[in-house]
Amino acid sequence: MALYLPIAEMSVNILVLLGMGAAVGFLSGMFGVGGGFLITPLLIFYNIPPAVAVATGANQIVASSVSGVLSHLKRGGVDFKLGSVLLAGGLIGSTAGVYIYSLLRGIGQLDLIVSILYVVFLGTVGGLMLFESVKALRRARSGEVVSLRRPGQHIWVHKLPFKMRFKTSRLYVSVVPVLALGAMIGMLAAIMGVGGGFIMVPAMIYLLKVPTNVVIGTSLFQIIFVAAYTTVVQAVTNQTVDVMLALLLMIGGVAGAQYGARAGQRLRGEQLRAMLAILVLLVALRLAYTLFVVPDELFTLAIGGVL
Amino acid sequence: MSPRCAIILLAFVAGLAGGPALAQQAPAPASAVDEAAAANAAEQARVPERIEIGLSTQAIGVTSDFTGQALTIFGAIDNVDPLVHRQGRYDIFVIIEGPRSELVTRRKARVFGIWMNVESQSFDNTPQSYLIASTRLARDITSLDTLARLSLGIGQIRVQPHPDKKQAREVEAFTAALRRLKQDAGLYREFPGGVQFISQSLFRAEVALPANVPLGQHRARAYLFRNGELVGQTQAPLRIAKAGFEFAISDFARNHSLYYGLASVLLALFIGWLGRIVFKKD
Repeated sequence: MALYLPIAEMSVNILVLLGMGAAVGFLSGMFGVGGGFLITPLLIFYNIPPAVAVATGANQIVASSVSGVLSHLKRGGVDFKLGSVLLAGGLIGSTAGVYIYSLLRGIGQLDLIVSILYVVFLGTVGGLMLFESVKALRRARSGEVVSLRRPGQHIWVHKLPFKMRFKTSRLYVSVVPVLALGAMIGMLAAIMGVGGGFIMVPAMIYLLKVPTNVVIGTSLFQIIFVAAYTTVVQAVTNQTVDVMLALLLMIGGVAGAQYGARAGQRLRGEQLRAMLAILVLLVALRLAYTLFVVPDELFTLAIGGVL
Repeated sequence: MSPRCAIILLAFVAGLAGGPALAQQAPAPASAVDEAAAANAAEQARVPERIEIGLSTQAIGVTSDFTGQALTIFGAIDNVDPLVHRQGRYDIFVIIEGPRSELVTRRKARVFGIWMNVESQSFDNTPQSYLIASTRLARDITSLDTLARLSLGIGQIRVQPHPDKKQAREVEAFTAALRRLKQDAGLYREFPGGVQFISQSLFRAEVALPANVPLGQHRARAYLFRNGELVGQTQAPLRIAKAGFEFAISDFARNHSLYYGLASVLLALFIGWLGRIVFKKD
């Protein structure tokens, strides 16, 4: 079944896109991540122009995050205050990101920077997570109690000024790292077409020491707004949001996420994290491959004069 | 519109059109002596040929089921010389040329082990697509000079490299890459044998519009050759544009981009919420 996409201006197979959305939705439901870091590279492999893939990815993330947040809301797993501070930083970062995005596209280095960012962030996060989860798995096997949060442990982050109290998270930290984290992830969201959950979640756990039960809900809560804002800004500045493409991905994604969540409940936390880490590393390796291996075609062609 | 359905371009019946125009007189280099005599005799009395193509529609609508389309163009030659026709010495080129724009070719090179775009060459006013059908192989029809002069053939499309400090050989490499990439994308394509005579004066040209055909103002051009000499040419505009729902969406995205963005977000919020309701765990 073919469909001509109005913004991407190309003909695609409906079933392939629904399947892609469902597969990514399944994984995102299982691991509790937005799945943007999978959907954007997949769209680019499917020959969707990177500009459209990134902007449309942001739109799709809104849907998957809403679905996710609603389930966390019920369990009280959303810290609205922390989420709002992260969001304030996120909006600033996203605005800067969309601007940088247009700039890179103009000088023809967008694909390169997007690939490098993916390799660096996915590689780092995947590596750290794999290391941590394997350690946890070993410890679990030897019967020790596993806890990610070690209260009373203070790092440099806790010495910064402008402290604020976040009741739901039982935290008292400076707003500086919270805003900075939000801004960095907002910027990445705009450039890479991701929600940033895969960076946000570990950063909140390891840097801010947010309890694990509110991490995912809070991260998803702020991602809804950053992704929604990114969608609107991309639509206005680059006009690259393809609503038909987004709709197909959303339908597949939302359906897949529900089954993924059920599958995820049968696995243990460390196992899930180890599997997610391997998945993240595989995507990073695939993208690194294109950076380092001699390309089949050295030349690329683009329509000039269009930013 | 079904993709199978060819766009019929009306044939103009020979003789209906007005006086001769655009035609060039050409000597007929016949091989045999008596043939030459006959040709010369005919030459005296002959009215110059004219080529006509007509479009039944001036626009092709791209709708959600568009996956490319076969495009058939009908045309006619006025004042056909039956002898030349019998000897198969009339040849026709039909070209569907896409909108022109600036194109940029970039070349990757290794920088600190990473392959990145380092050099680029832009080309001014270059056709985004170029589909050419002819009665037989272009180089069998006429000289390379003539092909180049009229830019008939992928290798002959006139490109204007934007002047910069590059050496001629470098520019050559970028130009070759431009043609190759366009060919790989199916946007520059030759259809030798794509033009066929239906009768002495009527012909039919067939090209395949690819699914990624650029949207905008295209131009259909036709050239008539007799004995390798250009004797007539004509052209007609053809607009390829989004239609129906696709048009409504892209028009909304372009002209009301803020509302389009907000609507996209609302749709996402709705789908996310709906998914939660529909798949709610019992």
